[in-house]
Amino acid sequence: MLDFPLFPESASTFAPKVDALYFFTLALTAFFTLLIFAAVLFMFVKYRRTEENQVGDPIHGSTLLEIIWSVIPFLIVMLLFFWGAQVFWVGVSIPEDAREYLVTGKQWMWKIQHPEGHREINTLHVPIGEKIKLTMTSEDVIHSFFIPAFRVKQDVLPGRYTQLWFEATKTGEYHLFCTEYCGAEHSQMIGTVTVMEKDEYQDWLAGGIVGSSPVASGEELFQQYACNTCHENSGDTLRGPSLKGIAGNAVTLADGASVNRDENYLRESIVRPSSKMVAGYQNLMPTYQGQITEEGLSHLVAYIKSLGSEADANENSGHGSSDHGESHDDEAADAESTESTEASAE
Amino acid sequence: MSQTTHGTTAEHEFPKEHYLNAAHGWKSWLLTTDHKRICILYLISVSVFFAIGGMYAGMIRLELVTPEGDLFQPDTYNRVFTMHAVMMIFFFLIPSIPATLGNFFIPLMIGAKDVAFPKLNLASWYMYLMGSSLALFALFKGGVDTGWTFYTPFSTTYSNSYVSTVAVGIFINGFSSIFTGVNFMATIHRMRAPGMTWFRLPLFIWAHYATSLIMVLGTPVLAITILLVGMERLFKFGFFDPALGGDPVLFQHLFWFYSHPAVYIMILPSMGVMSEIIATFTRKPIFGYHFVAFSSMGIAIIGFLVWGHHLFLSSQSVYASLVFSFLTMLVAVPSAVKVFNWGATLYRGSIAYTTPMFYALGFLGLFTIGGLTGVMLGTLGLDIHMHDTYFVVAHFHYIMVGGALFGYLGGLHFYWPKMFGRSARGFFPHLSALLIFVGFNLTFFPQFILGYLGMPRRYHVYPEEFQVLNVMSTAGATVLAIGYALPVFYMIWSLKRGEIAGPNPWGASGLEWQTQSPPILHNFESMPVVTEDPYTYHPPAQEGAGQPAAAHSAS
Repeated sequence: MLDFPLFPESASTFAPKVDALYFFTLALTAFFTLLIFAAVLFMFVKYRRTEENQVGDPIHGSTLLEIIWSVIPFLIVMLLFFWGAQVFWVGVSIPEDAREYLVTGKQWMWKIQHPEGHREINTLHVPIGEKIKLTMTSEDVIHSFFIPAFRVKQDVLPGRYTQLWFEATKTGEYHLFCTEYCGAEHSQMIGTVTVMEKDEYQDWLAGGIVGSSPVASGEELFQQYACNTCHENSGDTLRGPSLKGIAGNAVTLADGASVNRDENYLRESIVRPSSKMVAGYQNLMPTYQGQITEEGLSHLVAYIKSLGSEADANENSGHGSSDHGESHDDEAADAESTESTEASAE
Repeated sequence: MSQTTHGTTAEHEFPKEHYLNAAHGWKSWLLTTDHKRICILYLISVSVFFAIGGMYAGMIRLELVTPEGDLFQPDTYNRVFTMHAVMMIFFFLIPSIPATLGNFFIPLMIGAKDVAFPKLNLASWYMYLMGSSLALFALFKGGVDTGWTFYTPFSTTYSNSYVSTVAVGIFINGFSSIFTGVNFMATIHRMRAPGMTWFRLPLFIWAHYATSLIMVLGTPVLAITILLVGMERLFKFGFFDPALGGDPVLFQHLFWFYSHPAVYIMILPSMGVMSEIIATFTRKPIFGYHFVAFSSMGIAIIGFLVWGHHLFLSSQSVYASLVFSFLTMLVAVPSAVKVFNWGATLYRGSIAYTTPMFYALGFLGLFTIGGLTGVMLGTLGLDIHMHDTYFVVAHFHYIMVGGALFGYLGGLHFYWPKMFGRSARGFFPHLSALLIFVGFNLTFFPQFILGYLGMPRRYHVYPEEFQVLNVMSTAGATVLAIGYALPVFYMIWSLKRGEIAGPNPWGASGLEWQTQSPPILHNFESMPVVTEDPYTYHPPAQEGAGQPAAAHSAS
């Protein structure tokens, strides 16, 4: 009957979780609003002033009632807190085995790169039923990546990486919006997310122009900037720490603090190497702030992440090498700890 | 019995001497230290800014009638919604009730001649004038396009509009808030009439005390934030810009550390007004007086600890988000306690159907919706989807219009006869309240639906399927505009032609209703002495029925 929507399409594994919370809180809101409206209107009529001099009964209050109507709302909001936190936790727990896309926001477009190297602007093609994670950064101001049909959203910031994940459950085309105000064409920083059957997606991938994968581009940059003069990618230690298998592992810094070497740490160590020095190393590396593009940085980080303990730097590893690094975390951690000890011993 | 107990039927004469004719000439206004005249100065100025802000709101709604951006250039639209928010928040809502009704009635309610620092009070208005003039200057030069939130690095590095001018305007205006807050706190502590103990204070005073606390503690943080932005823009200090080694999210923390409590600066005074209106028009003490008083303080204090719920998706630590969500949930409790207590006050009351009471009724319903949708947004899992959509826009308008503005308008209608000696009541005030209620709901209810559908806020163009709901919203805004315009006519008309009010046209308790309307320059003929709890109403049969108030004049 209505020719306009009242409820958004629900097309991800996460959406029903959010919707359940929505319907519950909506029912709660409606219940209390109607209760208060009804009670107030009823009393408004029932206790209306009938004589000019009338006064109300001098009722001062009731501690019992105060306790009841403090405790009940408290219990309700605590229920919402825990339920909401649980859903949120699912939303922010990025699955490790997800396909990783790189997203770069800039005024006013979304640049997206598939793990195999395909590039898109303002469109995102994903296969159905597969966990997808987006590693996102911005070239300028803060943006926010929002797919209403998936109920997912995450701010995209300059100078750091943020991540978002989803698993689409329904094929179709969905809105992609920027939801953090970012300047003149903010409302044009939109796009389309296309969810395809897996084989269709493979066809789509095959039909596109394949550039080099983020990992391969990263490796190219690694050579181009001669990173290898100080950073070995095979496990030996030169003037700087070896980069083999370090991504995602903890390391002790010069000031004694321990830090997890996630994407943000890796990025910061490239653009501002002196800000978090690994224990046992000299501050020799120049800053690369402003010298490498955001996408270049994302590629370098992807490349470093791909350097698992068995990674061979000389192999032009395209498709597949990104999972490769992830699956050998433990070995990598072991390798790393020996390296650090050696390095500190020097 | 021509003069009834709480009567409104008695014939009154307009007093010969009062604060309005105590002195003449423009100097007597611009250099006045009388809190009542400063209220009038503020009343005129905030009304001007409300009108400007409202005009911008109209422009927003006009643009959004169609999905295409056919009325304004994108850049113009961004300036329009930014100026709407800046005008409404900083130059209307924050000063609205405290600087007008608070200024006028805090001394009257506690039996004082004036506020503690009358000159500081005037200085506050001049600070407001300077700050708002800068904002107006920026407006005429082309406005500012950052959104009222001024998020970095957009505001520091990318925006080419009058960011600095408006920022300095807000910085200066902050001092007017601080001056008012300090003044009210000192006044409430030191200037209470004999017998006016803390728990005999009207709840309006408690609400303003809580508000003043936020003004004094929160506003300096905003000032510091603006200074840091200025230093980054001018000297390239890297506070917020990642290219300079700064952190853009730090700005959001600092900004919301003030701006979230600022929401309570807007709503708490309105809650104070609600307590006065409901007590007066039920002729009953407020149910659970102590709980209502302490819930104001509770809201003010917990309100300082919830700013991070604006940053759930900003890359803030997940654990921080959990803590902020938890604390946000806690604020819901004192807010709910207030609503239940007001509701319970109606029970066995003597309810009068007056315009202020209709506003109070509207407030109860709209604030409930605004508060509960706030709880929805504070629920972490839901906020992922709703954050920065029209759901948020609808939610905070239910609080700021349905709550704060309804309190302001209700309070204005309630106190008008005291302020000017003549009443503005009858058909048109009722009609205006009804139009505002209906128009408001029609404007903002569809926005909840739009928000869950996923329409982001601050969008100049939007997908076609959102049009119907947007047209509804604009239709509502039209009704709302008519509702807002009506009081301009009947209130000005009432100044000359309204029925002469007499000291206590509503039959209310409270010291402010003991003195003549409009009051004399020093408020009371002699020092009032308070002997009863607030909101004490004696049944007419009882002895001393002619004295409805909490106090008896010593003379």
